[in-house]
Amino acid sequence: MLILLLGIILLHIAALVLLFVSTIVSAWTTGKGSTSDLWVNCTTSCVPASAGEWIQAVQALMILSIIFSCLALFLFFCQLFTLQKGGRFFLTGAFQILASLFVMSGAIIYTVMSPQWVPETDTFGYSYILAWVAFPLVLISGLIYVILRKRE
Amino acid sequence: SLTINAHVMAQQCQAIVIYTGWERHALVGSDIRLSCSFFSWRWTSEEVTFSWTYRPDGSRDSISIFHYTGGEAYLDNKGPFKDRLEFVGNPGRRDGSILIKNLDFNDNGTFTCDAKNPPDIVGRPSSVRLLVFEKVPIQAGVITGAIIGVVLGLLVLVVVIYYLMRFLVARRVFSLNVRSVSGPAALCRWAFRQGLELRPEPIPGTDTCVAKLA
Repeated sequence: MLILLLGIILLHIAALVLLFVSTIVSAWTTGKGSTSDLWVNCTTSCVPASAGEWIQAVQALMILSIIFSCLALFLFFCQLFTLQKGGRFFLTGAFQILASLFVMSGAIIYTVMSPQWVPETDTFGYSYILAWVAFPLVLISGLIYVILRKRE
Repeated sequence: SLTINAHVMAQQCQAIVIYTGWERHALVGSDIRLSCSFFSWRWTSEEVTFSWTYRPDGSRDSISIFHYTGGEAYLDNKGPFKDRLEFVGNPGRRDGSILIKNLDFNDNGTFTCDAKNPPDIVGRPSSVRLLVFEKVPIQAGVITGAIIGVVLGLLVLVVVIYYLMRFLVARRVFSLNVRSVSGPAALCRWAFRQGLELRPEPIPGTDTCVAKLA
């Protein structure tokens, strides 16, 4: 029982860490000597990213996914102590699934709009890949919460 | 050694410090005022000079576009700013600002102001970057903040409405379809405990009760 609990919490925290790294580290696209991400474009010096509407939407979605995932973790601990025996962690699962939807939307928007922002020679960096990896992890974590039943 | 130190201090005090903006944004077709002023330990001399140079974006050459000296302002009459410059500064108040009219995309670039206040001539020129836009761009972060605010606001709204509904149902402001409950005594007791404000009355001689709205 305790191992299962620990495993679920670790999965959630791992997904959360991936979300943080993906949002903060500047490596969504990399090219020769230039990296750019949601916030800045860096070549030899760093310039704030273009203030287009879509990149701001991606920023907002990534931040919202982090917020909802943190809220889900907090709710999980709350529900762990207040839920009746046999109850399901619906609220936690709902927040986690919402977070995964936000990551998915953000990554999709970035993929679709990247021809506009990224020159042809640049490739996607690891932060972008982390975002796509975080999405299924968060989704699975959310689904686990939904089917999990509380036992005493 | 005291006199040597004082001499060195006097030398350092004589550096002139020039102030311009860092970056200026403007719309195509509008006018823009580029301000330039300086700080100097000396009084403003009669021979104060201001000069502006322009370097287009992506180019390495600068071209002189404005010079004020000996009380006279000399404007660009051959270059890219021909007939578009105006001197709006006040040299007596250490202001060497210029006005550029009818901006175009070709005016994107860096403008450098250099001021000299003899004998105070040692100093670094200061540059201001001009960015010309077709329409005013949205500030970075406005849409981000708006999306986050709206979603979190909706979340708070949903939570508040949920608790409000629970509160109102318990308080009988909403009447449910329970005008009376009749059945085993335990059921009446349950209804009473739920706070549905039903008054249970056992029917004497039986194990049932009737509970009516209080």
